[in-house]
Amino acid sequence: MELSEHIKTANVEDVTLRRPFHPTLRGTLCVTSHHLLFSDRKDEASWQLLILLKNIDAIEKRAVGSSGTITIKCKDLLVLQLEIPGMEECLNIARSIEALSSLESVTEMYPFFYRPSHLTLHGPWGLSSTEQYYKQTERLWDRWRVSKVNSDYSVCPSYPSAVIVPREVDDDKLIRSARFRQGGRFPVLSYCHHRNGMVIMRSSQPLTGANKKRCKEDELLLQAVIDGSELGYIIDLRSAQQAQQTRMTGGGFESKSCYSHWKRIHRHHERGKVVQESLIKLVEACSDPSHSVDRWLSKLENSKWLSHVHSALSTAGLVVECVERDGHSVLVHGSEGTDNTLLVSSLAQLILDPASRTVTGFLCLLEREWIQAGHPFQQRCAHSAYSHARLKQECPSFLLLLDCVWQVWRQFPLALEFSEALLLRLAQEVYASNYGTFLCNSEQERCAAGVKETTHCLFQSLLKPDIEEQYLNPLYEPTDLAIWPAVHPQSLQLWTGMFLRWTEYAQNMEEAREEVWSIVKEHREQAGPDRTNNTLSTHCESLTPIENLMDELTIL
Amino acid sequence: MEHIRTPKVENVRMIDRLIPRKSTLGTLYLSSTHTIFVENSEARKETWVLHSLVYNVERLPTNSSGSPLIIRCKNFHVYRLLIPQEKDCLDVLASLTRLSRPERYGELFSFSFNPNLDKELREKAWGFIDLKAEFSRMGIPSNLWHVTAANYEYRLCDTYPSELFVPKSASPAVIVGSAKFRSRGRLPVLSYFHRDTGASICRSSQPLSGFSARSSDDEQMLQAIMKSNPVSEFMYVVDTRPKLNAMANRAAGKGYENEDHYTNIKLQFIGIENIHVMRNSQQKLIDVGELAAPSMSDFLWGLENSGWLKHIKAVLDAGVFIAKVVAEDGVSVLVHCSDGWDRTAQACSVASVLLDPYYRTIKGLMILIEKDWVSFGHKFSHRYAHLDGDPKEVSPVMDQFLECVWQLMQQFPCAFEFNERFLVQLHTHIYSCQYGNFIGICQKERRDLRLQERTHSLWPHLWENRAEYTNPLYRIDHSQTQGVLKPLTTAYCFKFWKGMYGRAEKSVASHQSPADCLNAVREESQQLEEELSAHQERLAQLKERKTSGERKTSKLSERVRRPIPTESELSSPLDYFTTPRSEKRTPSFTLPLQLAAPPKNGDPDDLSTCSDFESGVADLSSYSSSGGDDAKDPDADEVVKANA
Repeated sequence: MELSEHIKTANVEDVTLRRPFHPTLRGTLCVTSHHLLFSDRKDEASWQLLILLKNIDAIEKRAVGSSGTITIKCKDLLVLQLEIPGMEECLNIARSIEALSSLESVTEMYPFFYRPSHLTLHGPWGLSSTEQYYKQTERLWDRWRVSKVNSDYSVCPSYPSAVIVPREVDDDKLIRSARFRQGGRFPVLSYCHHRNGMVIMRSSQPLTGANKKRCKEDELLLQAVIDGSELGYIIDLRSAQQAQQTRMTGGGFESKSCYSHWKRIHRHHERGKVVQESLIKLVEACSDPSHSVDRWLSKLENSKWLSHVHSALSTAGLVVECVERDGHSVLVHGSEGTDNTLLVSSLAQLILDPASRTVTGFLCLLEREWIQAGHPFQQRCAHSAYSHARLKQECPSFLLLLDCVWQVWRQFPLALEFSEALLLRLAQEVYASNYGTFLCNSEQERCAAGVKETTHCLFQSLLKPDIEEQYLNPLYEPTDLAIWPAVHPQSLQLWTGMFLRWTEYAQNMEEAREEVWSIVKEHREQAGPDRTNNTLSTHCESLTPIENLMDELTIL
Repeated sequence: MEHIRTPKVENVRMIDRLIPRKSTLGTLYLSSTHTIFVENSEARKETWVLHSLVYNVERLPTNSSGSPLIIRCKNFHVYRLLIPQEKDCLDVLASLTRLSRPERYGELFSFSFNPNLDKELREKAWGFIDLKAEFSRMGIPSNLWHVTAANYEYRLCDTYPSELFVPKSASPAVIVGSAKFRSRGRLPVLSYFHRDTGASICRSSQPLSGFSARSSDDEQMLQAIMKSNPVSEFMYVVDTRPKLNAMANRAAGKGYENEDHYTNIKLQFIGIENIHVMRNSQQKLIDVGELAAPSMSDFLWGLENSGWLKHIKAVLDAGVFIAKVVAEDGVSVLVHCSDGWDRTAQACSVASVLLDPYYRTIKGLMILIEKDWVSFGHKFSHRYAHLDGDPKEVSPVMDQFLECVWQLMQQFPCAFEFNERFLVQLHTHIYSCQYGNFIGICQKERRDLRLQERTHSLWPHLWENRAEYTNPLYRIDHSQTQGVLKPLTTAYCFKFWKGMYGRAEKSVASHQSPADCLNAVREESQQLEEELSAHQERLAQLKERKTSGERKTSKLSERVRRPIPTESELSSPLDYFTTPRSEKRTPSFTLPLQLAAPPKNGDPDDLSTCSDFESGVADLSSYSSSGGDDAKDPDADEVVKANA
């Protein structure tokens, strides 16, 4: 079926558009295969609103006399109302939106049709690769290698073709280890700490099952990671009890007796449906301004969203503590190793690694740790907070990551090169995008669909100088230190920029941001480029006490 | 001194609950005004706790390591001490308990605090805030309003100031009659005049109406107030109490205005709870801040259960209502509660902050506090427990006003000239009794106490240090700075004030403050400008005299740049942190972990240092709510321990 066959009424005149905190507009509504276009032609300078149909999470129709009202709820949390004269047109439009906003086939999606004049499809796609990371990280060269064992995605369908593993473990052993791990996600290197060479590994759970199966090669692989004598930590993102229970269904955990040099720490993290429901509850709470303070706080608490933020940041802090302060390598995994595992490992890197706090570095981190590492974006982001569809595999893991990064940014307003605007843009793009970056569930699927050949890369386009500028943090001053976020509940806040984005509240904050920019710009003009660096670098010292503080934190 | 049983205890441990290893050993001294803890470490770091800031002292059961003593301060700092000998602990407890509860005004610190100002300067300092000038700034039309002499020598109302603005059309008889019909004689008088609309905010106490009483003088008084706003046909009477409370007061012969008796008034109840409800609510909030290892749910539940933010919203709602009526409808308002000095002061001052950009400046807020709180009478000594008295009289009335301003600052980051630190500093001084400004309950009492001769004024001290309290985002010509503020009062706009209530632990660290950074950037800009002009001058001179020029130029530039340390100078972070605070040009990042190091000869009575050390900790707040975080979840570690 052609996409255009879904469209019965393409154009409606005299439609009324209502948006929060904007004057009501009248104009023409137009439905295309991928967009909803509203244009207000009254004035000379016509104003247009273009919404990707994929961005639409839910629509509600209501008949008012002979005309109909459609309420459109977007995945970026914007809510619009359209009053359409003519009941039939209204229903036709609603039907088209319903059909076209929930396309299942990847290659029918808009990124495959997006052809802006300023971008070309030729040239390299993406910012980084496993090989590049390996090349850049000199510390790895001695004891680690790049393995192509997964080049045809047969060992682990959700892994990229190349992974970094200990040099002394050959590909056969990797294959056997992969068979012992859920989804074939055997332990691979995620990050090597520039200060001490300690590493963060990630994997899925071992398939020990009820009768405590073992896998010699898997044990050897982990042994090779810590190089004999030392000690490593396994951060299991499930409670001890949960981990026990998964043995009944074939899963399990690394037992002390088989992995004698690894110490296991359990931290409970919610996953899947529970987190998705938290998002739904939170957005519901935010969209009703009539709540009393008590009711609001109770709804905020009840959504548990901030609890998830709290656990993610605490566990990331724990990983950082193992790596940076105690000097031990860490393996992180939950069950599948595609959600919370990536969340914790990427947050730990943001805290540890100054390189991941630049715009480029952060996007590279997302690319390596989320896109290439096989976070199933298509499944997880099929629906957002408004959809009435029955939940399948939806889970806002990536949004949770962005929220956690925002918390870090709020606590260290000078330490990240990017601003909140980048996080908001990513939160939007991950659900509906012109670009192919967040399509599909794995490298394998992206290869099959020809994503790299026929779509544009979001990250590359974000890094174009004129675009990048709007995502820069004016106060940025690099620091080499780890930035330990406070995770005391009173230190964490609701991400108002995201969840109250379409309220008046956001407007004043925007003005404040502009003011910060203007002060910094004024200063830069005055001081000239070299001076700016000179001055700002002195403020790095403000981080020092936090480093001192780390000495006081104990793990054993 | 007679209350001090043991002036010195050695080997006392200052416990850090979040990070036990950060606990320090030292010596505890008790002076007549301060508790002083001096660390044994080489830095000899000193912590000064003013006795009048102590809220309570609690002794926990003696254990094998000693006797624990917890000192809780009125500005929400908590100090945990471990004293080796139980006897010493009991002595300290007894002394502190007595010293922290002065029984007479004369015992208050402000009467012994001596910042070495000569008499002339002291008098000048007391004249820093001039309310007469403030009323003339409002642009009150003299054909409609005038100052009445009725309260000369406080004959009409002893808790009001002697000079009162009343409608010119109100005769002396009406004024006296109205005062007689109002609780404690607090008759309706002008608090704020809004020049743009001609509407005014007046304030009073509740009428003595009971179930049926009426006073034609009082009715005429309100009529006169309404008529003083020629364009308006009616006026609002805002009773800030819940209607039920107001009705209950009728049984005691008080109550509220009967709309049938007063022509052209509209009565509006706002529903701010009484001082007892507020006191209990704040205690619950403090308890939430003190929770040892709360989960997210514990915290949010505790916040909800305290009801605190709900009450803050009620106070702000009152201000918003009044501001809207005055600015948008151009209608005058009479505000009262019961006695007209708690909720009335809150509502009037919040409304003023919303209405008038001047009150959003540093000087303006001082004036507003002086006008609506100090001058019109507020029971400072009772509400903030300056003197040992009825604990039921204590209530965080001003805390709530300051918090309303803080909540507004969160919504309008560019609208206020001052920063969070200013509010926190004000809060501390309201409780500390270091300066005379907040002693006593009214002008008459302050005069009788001869406060201006015996104590010092806080305002010039804050003004001198205003650089520390400046919000870098404030710009006089910014749109948020202009006109009337219209805040959202949706529930989600109200936040937990971490900079105030999240300070229970010693080791709270401020991570990074964008405001401080911006301030530093601004200062740097200025310095560069100065440097540039210095260079240009120099250059001009050099052109004339080519000899011996170069060396001097380099010296000059070095001098100008010194305030900003280069990285090599900062090899040891501690050097940076002990930079004396008087070097105002140094970007003030010096707050985080360390207690501020007092100057070598730390004299508690030295004006330039004392305000920062009276609580032993340099003001911890920074502009944004990013301030004051603990560096990492310490509880995580304990759990790890258990699991590992």
